Amino acid sequence: MKQRPSMLAAAAALTAAFAVQAQQPPKKAPPPAKAAAPAKSAISEEFEKFREVLEEDNPAELFEARGEDIWKNKKGPDGASMAQCDLGLGAGVVKGAYVRMPRWFADVGKVMDAERRVVHCMVKYLGYKEEDIRKQPFSNVNKTPDHVSVITYVAGQSRNMKIAVPQKHPQERATYEIGKEIFAYRAGPYDFACATCHGNDDMRIRTQDLPNLRKPDQAIRAYQGWPGYRMTGGFMLTQQWRMNDCFRQQRFPEPTYLSDTITALLTYMTVTANGQLYKGPGIKR
Amino acid sequence: MNKILFFLAASLAGTVALADGDYRAEAIAMMKHDFKTKGIATADRVNEDGVQAVCNRSGDHPPKTIAERLEKDQLESIRYPADGKLMGDWKAGEKLAQSGRGMTWSDKAGVPGGGNCYNCHQIGPAETSFGTVGPSLYQFGKLRGSGPDMQKYVYGRIWNAKAFNLCSAMPRFGHVQALTEAQIKDLVALLLDPQSPVNSK
Ligand code: HEC
Ligand code: HEC
Repeated sequence: MKQRPSMLAAAAALTAAFAVQAQQPPKKAPPPAKAAAPAKSAISEEFEKFREVLEEDNPAELFEARGEDIWKNKKGPDGASMAQCDLGLGAGVVKGAYVRMPRWFADVGKVMDAERRVVHCMVKYLGYKEEDIRKQPFSNVNKTPDHVSVITYVAGQSRNMKIAVPQKHPQERATYEIGKEIFAYRAGPYDFACATCHGNDDMRIRTQDLPNLRKPDQAIRAYQGWPGYRMTGGFMLTQQWRMNDCFRQQRFPEPTYLSDTITALLTYMTVTANGQLYKGPGIKR
Repeated sequence: MNKILFFLAASLAGTVALADGDYRAEAIAMMKHDFKTKGIATADRVNEDGVQAVCNRSGDHPPKTIAERLEKDQLESIRYPADGKLMGDWKAGEKLAQSGRGMTWSDKAGVPGGGNCYNCHQIGPAETSFGTVGPSLYQFGKLRGSGPDMQKYVYGRIWNAKAFNLCSAMPRFGHVQALTEAQIKDLVALLLDPQSPVNSK
């Protein structure tokens, strides 16, 4: 593993600088600003600048290295290893697999997204317990679970590749169509759907830009920078986490981790983003 | 009223050709299976009510006659304050407009929620961190007036935005009891009170 003290120091400094900003609007409102200024806040622009600098020397790589170590060296109780794991391109093939999921997996008779497939393999070959993984599916300040590091590694192995999610199998196409329905489905006390916040161009919640996820060049944001290194806290968050937190903001009940609903949504968004370039795991505030 | 809604939703399904019928049904079945109660966010929240169903089925563009009929229902269900007073305290309104709390699984039961207004609207001149999902409400009272009719409109708008635009992005704060009568009065004052910074020079 490479040592990157300067990068880590920079990340730590940023973590402090953005501690206040990073809170989602529904949790806590930031204090009112003093002077009137239109559109994007200075902090938001500042963050974008820092992100560009940091992505040159990306903290996500530390988690990629940890994930690679687990993928290559860890053995299951019966000596099985991730070399047997098929991410859709053949047993043990990692390069380019991330940008080709979600896809149909004949061995389980299901369409699975990348995170779901990786967890499936870790349970099947390395002896991880699904119940344990479900106990802490997402990272927090105390812990980035192993499966998140492995997903980060797998994602990194598709860096600078074009998204090419297959739509050949009838179930892949059906999953896309179902995802499209879920995306537009309003319910709950606030009558929100994903489309309420992500169905138009140029909208913001507070200062956060909302991608119009129905359009290819913006749907890439469902992929770009995910898994993402969260400045405030220094851990990795995955697409499944993003979906979970958006459903929270949507005032929905909680979606089960690695459920068909999330796979369908990810399929809808990633098929929409097909052909766009994936730059690899990134940085999120 | 629920019967009428059900009837309208059913007749809409019959009149509009729905190519998405099967996928929609599959999507709903999937969500019913996959969502679990967490905190105050109960699993039954994935069920659509009549208005939601009509908007969902029509891609937020229901036939005009149906939209008008349902908007009328929503309008008739608005409960205005018994004392006839619609304006509260704009300072309390500003605090509410700032707060994004309410109705998520991380909110506590019984703790009063906020309005989330700045998430979607520009309102007061001092707050530059505002969303753009809804139109700017800066200078609202100054531009639109603050008489009894306007007070009634704004109160009703916050109580139930779907009475004015059936598939509006704005939540129905009074209708779903996300905000109380007193809270809505404070928000009306924020937008209309001549003393409110929203309407100052
Ligand atoms: C109430 C508003 C709201 C709803 C409803 C909502 N989101 Fe989001 N979404 C946000 C906000 C705010 C962000 C953060 C944007 C940022 O960090 O710049 C976000 C971010 C995202 C991102 C990541 C964008 C990026 O650039 O990294 C994706 C993907 C996404 N949402 C998908 C969804 C999906 C799918 C749904 C429905 C399940 C949904 N959202 C529902 C508000 C919402
Ligand atoms: C999720 C987005 C959202 C939230 C939250 C929201 N609004 Fe709105 N609001 C809208 C949209 C969109 C419109 C435009 C009209 C329409 O589509 O219904 C609107 C319209 C309005 C109007 C009518 C404007 C006019 O020109 O007549 C008022 C008044 C208003 N909102 C006040 C509020 C207040 C007060 C709150 C907080 C309690 C609030 N809104 C919260 C989205 C929102």
